[in-house]
Amino acid sequence: MASTQGFSLSALSSNENVAVKIELKPPPYPLDALEPHMSRKTLEFHWGKHHRSYVDNLNKQIVGTELHGKTLEAIIVDTYNKGDLHPSFNNAAQVWNHDFFWESMKPGGGGVPNGELLELIKRDFGSFEEFEKEFKTAAATQFGSGWAWLVYKAQDNKLLVIKTPNAVNPLVLDYYPLLTVDVWEHAYYLDFQNRRPDYLSVFMENLVSWEAVSSRLQLAKKAQAAQN
Amino acid sequence: MALRRILCNSKILTSANFNCGNSRSVQTLSLPDLPYDYGALEPAISGEIMRLHHQKHHQAYVTNYNKALEQLDSAISKADASAVVKLQSTIKFNGGGHINHSIFWKNLAPVNEGGGDPPKGSLSNAIEKQFGSLEVLVQKINSEGAALQGSGWVWLALDKEFKRLLVETTANQDPIVTKGSALLPLLGVDVWEHAYYLQYKNVKPDYLKNIWKVMNWNYATQVYEKECI
Repeated sequence: MASTQGFSLSALSSNENVAVKIELKPPPYPLDALEPHMSRKTLEFHWGKHHRSYVDNLNKQIVGTELHGKTLEAIIVDTYNKGDLHPSFNNAAQVWNHDFFWESMKPGGGGVPNGELLELIKRDFGSFEEFEKEFKTAAATQFGSGWAWLVYKAQDNKLLVIKTPNAVNPLVLDYYPLLTVDVWEHAYYLDFQNRRPDYLSVFMENLVSWEAVSSRLQLAKKAQAAQN
Repeated sequence: MALRRILCNSKILTSANFNCGNSRSVQTLSLPDLPYDYGALEPAISGEIMRLHHQKHHQAYVTNYNKALEQLDSAISKADASAVVKLQSTIKFNGGGHINHSIFWKNLAPVNEGGGDPPKGSLSNAIEKQFGSLEVLVQKINSEGAALQGSGWVWLALDKEFKRLLVETTANQDPIVTKGSALLPLLGVDVWEHAYYLQYKNVKPDYLKNIWKVMNWNYATQVYEKECI
């Protein structure tokens, strides 16, 4: 009897239907690690259901299409299509946005950054307090679903606060994202109900990972220098 | 306004009769009462959601709309076109929120007050004629609601010009007229997460399935018949 093992393995590797799937990455901490500021229950639903659905639905949408096998960032830019959104844009961008969001937070986070990041914040916003006010205002006044961001605009060598609707993110706007807060209602409704401003205060005081923001800034400046 | 200014300047009438202050009085809005108790739509929609939805969300739209109106009035009297234009998005959002939710509360009714009873009469005939059956219409509304990305509404609307029913979605708090000036809302389903999250969490389709148990087709029928008889 001929060995079928080798045959099936090589058939597997040449089978173009083998899924090169986008994966659901877990947050870099256990689901209860952000308590009491962001509940385990919220993480279970937000990561376990919403984020997971974006991943699963994206994979279903891209299989067998030219998007299959591309990186997530490439899929996002392609499907943004200069604002004329392709159906997969929402899922693709939301997968990325949520990865970025979990990594923007840490247990025992919040407070004030230091080093170069703090200097640049003071330079571009006047003070940390003014940055915080602008960031929270942007997040509070994003009508409907969306995100608020601290970004680095390479062309002007400047930090900016922006807000985006639904799934739109800085990658398609040509900024380097540094920090985000999710203001879709599912992000805060279980813990804060309608009280979005309270959620934002807790986020700033207790959750922001300034280490992540700093290292993203360093990467952004390196990437920009490499381009110049 | 000119007459008021003359009367105020001549002090013929006291300011109790006319607003002789620096600003004209702006006609502000107030939160309409719910036509039923917060718990009356259970188990389809929880009392907790109804209370938050009415007392917090709808109230905030009313409060912020009134604030924007005062600011608009001030900008208009100063002939500050830039400020007037800048206020448009908050007026659309908060005014739209008030309009939409005012309709929504009337779209719902407790089961013992007709909630869930199917439409009758001319509206029912129009639904059958244009969609095939009520089930097909509900399916269509629910699939549009489930597919809506972000926040918004699904509407059953009447095109007043062509006397045709249609299903249409609007984003955020845009009222149905933003999709066509001849459109009259018969029935709206709020698919913002705040409308269902505490009870249904991420399972929007379950909310969409259950809301029909408390749908007040009487209101939709009244609106339709007023326009189409």
